[in-house]
Amino acid sequence: MALAVSLREAVALADRFPLLAGVTLDVGEGEIVHLSGPNGAGKSSLLRLCCGLLSLASGTGVVLGHDLAVDRREVRREVGYLGHASFLYEELTVEENLRFALRASGIHSTEAAQRASAAMARMGLAGRLPGTPIVKLSAGQRRRAAIAVVVGRQPRLWLLDEPHAGLDQDSRTLLDGIVTEARAGGATVVLSSHDLGSAGALADRVVHLAGGRVVPAPAEDLHEPLADTAVVAPDPTRAPEAVHVA
Amino acid sequence: MSRLDATGDPVLTERDDDVTSGAVAFGETAPAASPPPRAATHASRASVREDVDDATTTEAGPADGGAAPSAVSPKAMARGSAPRAARSDRVVRAVGTAALVGVAVTVWLGLWVTPNAVDFGNLVRLLYIHPPLAWVMFIAYGVATFSSLLYLWPRTRHARFDRLAGASAEVGVVFTGLTLVTGSVWGRPTWGVWWTWDPLLTTTALLFVLYLGYLALRKVPGDRETVARRSAIAGLIAFLDVPIVFVSVSWWRSLHQAPTVDVANGHLYVHGSMAWTLALGFVSFTLVYVWLMVHRYRLAVLRDREDDEGLDAALAERWAEGTR
Amino acid sequence: MWRDAVLVCSKDLRIEARSRVGLNQVVPFAAAVLLLFGLALGPDRHALEPAASGLFWIAVLLTVVLAVQRSFAVESADSARDGLRLSGLDPAGIFLGKGAAIVVQLLVLEGLLTIGVALLYGAQLSGGLVLLAACLTASIGLAAVGVVYGAVSSGVRVKETLLPLLFLPVAAPVLLGATKAWNAALAGTPAHAGIWLSLLAIFAVLYVAVGIAAFGPLLEDS
Repeated sequence: MALAVSLREAVALADRFPLLAGVTLDVGEGEIVHLSGPNGAGKSSLLRLCCGLLSLASGTGVVLGHDLAVDRREVRREVGYLGHASFLYEELTVEENLRFALRASGIHSTEAAQRASAAMARMGLAGRLPGTPIVKLSAGQRRRAAIAVVVGRQPRLWLLDEPHAGLDQDSRTLLDGIVTEARAGGATVVLSSHDLGSAGALADRVVHLAGGRVVPAPAEDLHEPLADTAVVAPDPTRAPEAVHVA
Repeated sequence: MSRLDATGDPVLTERDDDVTSGAVAFGETAPAASPPPRAATHASRASVREDVDDATTTEAGPADGGAAPSAVSPKAMARGSAPRAARSDRVVRAVGTAALVGVAVTVWLGLWVTPNAVDFGNLVRLLYIHPPLAWVMFIAYGVATFSSLLYLWPRTRHARFDRLAGASAEVGVVFTGLTLVTGSVWGRPTWGVWWTWDPLLTTTALLFVLYLGYLALRKVPGDRETVARRSAIAGLIAFLDVPIVFVSVSWWRSLHQAPTVDVANGHLYVHGSMAWTLALGFVSFTLVYVWLMVHRYRLAVLRDREDDEGLDAALAERWAEGTR
Repeated sequence: MWRDAVLVCSKDLRIEARSRVGLNQVVPFAAAVLLLFGLALGPDRHALEPAASGLFWIAVLLTVVLAVQRSFAVESADSARDGLRLSGLDPAGIFLGKGAAIVVQLLVLEGLLTIGVALLYGAQLSGGLVLLAACLTASIGLAAVGVVYGAVSSGVRVKETLLPLLFLPVAAPVLLGATKAWNAALAGTPAHAGIWLSLLAIFAVLYVAVGIAAFGPLLEDS
């Protein structure tokens, strides 16, 4: 199976601090992978690395066929990233933001307009919302607008950082539907979340991160000391175990 | 570009041999290729620790006039870098001594031995210092700019050029300050004012501010490569401005109506002992520059090494996080 | 590149039109600077009138700093660089687009300030063509340098103090040239401005070229 993402001992730094301390990960095309881990584990950093925002300090990484050490700009064009910051312009309306974002990624003006309308419809941004400046929207609505940008771009790789955060139940269901549709369309999705429940149901497999590395799944019972179940120096070449939530 | 070094570990985009080897001398390359400190292997961590041990025994203090301790750790000796390190330390010490002697002799000659000039009187004695200072200032900025260029050029991208640029800019700023002060001191008795908007002096003042800005930029936190690249680009942009400034200020002065203060029209014949002293001044201050550069550069190497060591410790801590 | 430039320029101008920050804050700032100069140099017109060009251009220079900061502040505040990089836009296009938007705003500002200078300092306006040419070339040069240094300082926490420190010294020749050109025009001898206008033009061309070349690497910081 072709690999959408392939990382080997990837180290990424912020100043001198290792955000990622040697990540080895393979994500096949068409997979939905859930990144799980405590705060500070490196989930956001891993997503940023894969979308070309973070540079590799050492190790190798290939995303959608592009070498991260060489070609980060190409990578950014082909991935859709949903981060904590929305990257939307406050003074512009939802529709203007969408059109700008789509045209910026190289889509022609008329097609951009069509995709924008389709994306807004899909995200339930109807009525007065498309014509409202971002600054006047609630947090959940902004999130939906940001997701609409990703939807409109139709990227091959979706990188979603805590996509469910700030969304109500309806929006979450909507998002899940979109993620499933994306995979049906051949895209690969990597999303991170604290909440194993909602994201776990979507995902094909779960990758656990801790201390900037991929680690085996933690023990089910959190009161049990980990020394009994986990190896001291996690073997990066072992594939992470999948956890399926019923 | 992901390259693999001799041991098969991927190396950084930016080469940084000086830090991984034991050689701290100015401009020397690593005698043997060792794995970069950022590779997460036990071997590399051990070698970095070794290097730090070497560094603490070979570090030279600036106060002792360039003398570097000749004691070298047995590990470095075993790797065959000891003779080279000791030799270059001797050279640096010689440079430092020569610089000190040269400056002292220049000062002595300038103050007591050379005669007064016809028109300038005692003021001419500044001649032995001011032009050499300005000369060194230009060299310093030239080196800084050229190193920035080399750093940005992909084929010659190496951490040493960034360190060189930073060191040279710092030394350059000091000499610029001195040039401005001596120029101003010359101006006061000659033209009656502490400052005259002479093209050279004004350009120098602007250069001073430009490079203070450059140094401020270098201090902004960020990882090494980011700071290096950002500073190199900013430095080049600032440098491009210098000829424009000079030209514009010259036009400004010449096209303006006759200024109220004018350059004194005394003739200055430099000959005999004056010429020798002047030449000595140039040479001595150039040696001072070289000596300062060596030590500043070494300081930069040591700082980078300390950072890398801290990085390995941070990596280890991060792994521990994951297994708690 | 050009397509991206047009896209970014129109986006920036549209944001400006919506938010009116330029009109509400930046122009009044420049007006306040002119007033303060007037206060500092005394009510006597004899001191102010000869200095009118210089004061005008210093006010413009200071305003450019604000305009550049605003230009980068609209880009998701502190994650400005991330947003620009992720957008998929050509960096040279971003540079040209942002620069062009700033030039437009500067020209509007300079028009208003010209009136202010005529009123406050009693400057006799003449040699309009030279005044205009100087404004155009100077604005292009200032915008180019400003956007480059704006990118350099946009990702750091000390950006408010770093940008003026980096920008103002480099902009000094523009100040010199523009002031001299204006002096020539206001004194009724516009022909003397030729050499200064060529200086401004060279500066503008040089720094636009530098910006096009350097903006990509500058955005690639982390």
